[in-house]
Amino acid sequence: MDLLGYGAFFLTTALIFSLVTLGLNLQWGLTGLFNVGLAGFVAIGAYTSALLTTPDDAARLGGFGLPILVGWAGAMVVGGIAAALTGMATLRLKSDYLAITTFGVAVVVQLVALNAQKLTGGPFGIGFIPRPFGSLAETPLLFNLSNLAVVSVVTLIAYLALEHLSRSPWGRVLKALREDERAAISLGKSARFYRVQAFAVGGAIMALAGALQAHFTGFIAPDNYLPILTFQVWVMLIVGGSGSNLGAVIGSILVWAIWAGSGTLTSILFPPEQQARAAALQIAAIGVMLCVILLIRPNGLFGDRPRRSWLGKRAKVATAKSISPS
Amino acid sequence: MSLQFVVDGLLTGSMIGLGAIGVTLTYSILRFSNFAHGDFMAWGTYATLAVVSAIGATVGKVAPIAPLSFGWPLIVALVIGMAFTALLALLLDKVLFSRLRSQGQAIIVVMASFGASMALRSLLEFTFTSRPTYFSRAIQIAMPVGFGIRITPDQIALLLLTAVLVLGVHLLMTRTQTGRSMQALSQNAALARIVGIDVASVVRVTWVIGGALACVAGVMIGILVQIRPFMGFDMLLPMFAAAILGGIGSIPGAVLGGLIIGLAEAGAVQLIGAEWRAAVSFILLMAVLFVRPIGLFGVRER
Repeated sequence: MDLLGYGAFFLTTALIFSLVTLGLNLQWGLTGLFNVGLAGFVAIGAYTSALLTTPDDAARLGGFGLPILVGWAGAMVVGGIAAALTGMATLRLKSDYLAITTFGVAVVVQLVALNAQKLTGGPFGIGFIPRPFGSLAETPLLFNLSNLAVVSVVTLIAYLALEHLSRSPWGRVLKALREDERAAISLGKSARFYRVQAFAVGGAIMALAGALQAHFTGFIAPDNYLPILTFQVWVMLIVGGSGSNLGAVIGSILVWAIWAGSGTLTSILFPPEQQARAAALQIAAIGVMLCVILLIRPNGLFGDRPRRSWLGKRAKVATAKSISPS
Repeated sequence: MSLQFVVDGLLTGSMIGLGAIGVTLTYSILRFSNFAHGDFMAWGTYATLAVVSAIGATVGKVAPIAPLSFGWPLIVALVIGMAFTALLALLLDKVLFSRLRSQGQAIIVVMASFGASMALRSLLEFTFTSRPTYFSRAIQIAMPVGFGIRITPDQIALLLLTAVLVLGVHLLMTRTQTGRSMQALSQNAALARIVGIDVASVVRVTWVIGGALACVAGVMIGILVQIRPFMGFDMLLPMFAAAILGGIGSIPGAVLGGLIIGLAEAGAVQLIGAEWRAAVSFILLMAVLFVRPIGLFGVRER
């Protein structure tokens, strides 16, 4: 029974990661927009939803006590707006500027979470975030399973919606922009407009994932949204294969399994006073793993990104194949 | 408000500026923004620290040079640390960046640098733990120099060192064949190849300069603030902002951008409070991107 409960807990966390990875896949895999500050967007979603749904708290702004679904919707709206603004500032420039700006967004969000006590509760974070099925918390197994059900449904909806979007004319424009911007522009598509849209939708999905996580754990603090989160999600997307939504989900579950497993392993193998160092070694190992995958298998497990430069001919054949059946 | 923020700002600005030179060179010559640059700083600093302790262990305690807080071991160690950091940068380029560069997708290189940065920083944390350390725990008395400004001998020495290094790099870039080759490659890589510029050697020089200066900037932070595995990562946003503010590819621009950001940060610390310091570079960065994305001394991409 314990194992089943842990399995449900593990899968819930992994699926929340999948949701973030799906958002990143829309931004990077489909559109080629580089976001190294995604932890910031996840945090925006978590804090927005927490502010909207927690009971009134004299120490800070709000607690508006609204229903959870309103919190989730609010998280998506605010996350989407934040991403749209970031995109509008940088997407007319070279891609690296977007990377640097998103990095800055994450830094600033972290600062606000830590220092704007009135808004975010500061370093102590926000507690008492209402949990769906909170009444079931007496029986942990049922509670975990119902959480898993909710997160699965949300992830499935996001997955199907994104699959549909990427096959729609809108998704084809994004792919065209990614592969050959000049050709797409010559067909009358505004590159910047489409990219801002994709970036905003991706940001909204990340924010939703942040909100889900907040309501799943019931407590959030600035420490949940450090750069390591950004890094984990990137590894998940690259392992799964950027461009593939299925790859994003499977990559997330796989990498989270490796991450949680190696975490458990280090906590067994190392004495308590060495834990922090072992954790650092774990991060270093995953960083090396990311670089190795980029070097030897940049397409990940399910990636669809054709490599143009030195595999010119093969890529063309692959593209032709992938076009013909659909 | 006291004018002390000018000194503080110039010092922070020197650290940012020295780091930003590496960022701007990597960006303009190798065409990617290197997220591992901050970690070169941290590695250089820890290498310098290791050499200082090694010298201390073999020669015994060395008295510091008159008014400064450090003696010749730190100067020797700094030179070794600079060489070490340059080698580290070259090594990382050889095993990682150059291979990805040859595959032709610039943004993949950026991502790899992000992964490398994570790995490098965590290795430091693993080896030295995240506890801060110092080159010297001695306290220096700051001398008043008028207008309510106080400055320590260390600070004067480091400001002078920065000025000398910046002047040196500037002369290298403008007066030597190597520097002119670097400029040629950054302006038009294809043409530079056609006229017979040895691209591989230019790339090497770029990494050596960037790595060595990152080490100096890191050691400055180590002397004036403290040494932590995250010291370089926290400098990343100010360095990028400085490079973009000054105009990508411009050495004087990177240094000036660093000084502007340093002064703005020091001013903000006095006016708003130290906890918001890191937001200053972001606000300046956004302002530049909206108003003049090519920066102060930048040239439009052709």
